[in-house]
Amino acid sequence: MSESHDHKDAHAGHADVDHHVRAAYYVFGSLLLLTGFTVGAYFLHLPHKLAITLALLIATVKGSLVAAWFMHLVSERTLIYWVLGLTALLFLPLLLLPTVTVLDRVMLH
Amino acid sequence: MSMEIPYTVEVRPDTGLNNGKIGIWLFLASEVMLFGALFASYVMLRVGAHEWPAGATYLNIPLATLNTVILISSSVTMVLAWASLVKRDFARFRLFMGITILCGLGFLVIKYFEYTAKFHHGYFPATNTFLAIYFTLTGLHGLHVVGGMAVNSYLWGPGSALYKSDPVHFTNRVENAGLFWHLVDLVWIFLFPILYLL
Repeated sequence: MSESHDHKDAHAGHADVDHHVRAAYYVFGSLLLLTGFTVGAYFLHLPHKLAITLALLIATVKGSLVAAWFMHLVSERTLIYWVLGLTALLFLPLLLLPTVTVLDRVMLH
Repeated sequence: MSMEIPYTVEVRPDTGLNNGKIGIWLFLASEVMLFGALFASYVMLRVGAHEWPAGATYLNIPLATLNTVILISSSVTMVLAWASLVKRDFARFRLFMGITILCGLGFLVIKYFEYTAKFHHGYFPATNTFLAIYFTLTGLHGLHVVGGMAVNSYLWGPGSALYKSDPVHFTNRVENAGLFWHLVDLVWIFLFPILYLL
C-alpha cells in the first residue's frame, strides 16, 4: 500500500514538473517576442519619454515572467513572499530617494 | 568528525521550507539591493547630467540583443536541467546543465569582444560618466555570470557525485543554483534596455 502511495506521489510530482516545463517553453517564446518588441521599439525612434516608459514596461513584464515561472514564484511558500515583500519595501526608497533629490531637474526635462 | 547541516532535504516545520531554499532567497534579496543601489546611481547620474549619450553611440546593439537571447535560452535549459533531475534522468540533466554552462561562456565571449572593441577605440570607464556606469553595471553582472558558471560547472562535474547518494539533496542544490542563474538573467533584462536602447 505504501509503495502504491509512493508511486502515486511520484506520478503527481512528474505531472507537476511536466506542467512547469510546458510553461517554461511558453515563457521562453514570450521573452523572445518581448525582446523583439523592445529592439523594434528602439528603431521606431519614439519620443523620449514614451520610449523610456515602453522599454521599462516591457522589461518589467519580462522580469515578472522570469520571476513567476522560472523562479517558481507562482507557487512558492508564504515566507518567501514575505522576504520579497520586505525587499521591495526597502528597494523602492533606495531607488526613489536619490531621484527625489534631483526632482527639480526631472521637472525641467 | 563531520557535522550534518540540518533540513537540507526535509522541510522545516516552522518555515515550511528547507534551509537551502530560504538561504538562497535571502541571498537573492541582498543581490536585489546591490544592483538596486547601482540602478539608483544610474538614474541619479543620468538625470543630473547636462547631456547623456544614446547607448548606440558607444555600444553594439546587435551583439547585446544576441546576448539577451543567449541568457534567456540558458534560463530555459536551467529549468530543463532541474526538471530532468526531478524525473531522475541524470543524463538529460548533464546535457541541459552543459548547455547552460556553454550559454554562459558564449555570453562572456561576446562581452569580451564588446569590451575589447571599446578599449580599442579608446573608450574606458574614465572617459565619461556613461561609460563609467556602463562598465560598472555590466562588469558586476559579468562577475555574477562567472560565479553562476562556477557553481553550475561544479554541479555538472565533481558535485554531481551527491546525486548517487542523495538525489533529492542534489536536486535541491541544482534548484537553488538555478534561482541564482535566473536572477542573473533578470538583471540583464533591465540592463539591456537602460544601457543600450535608452
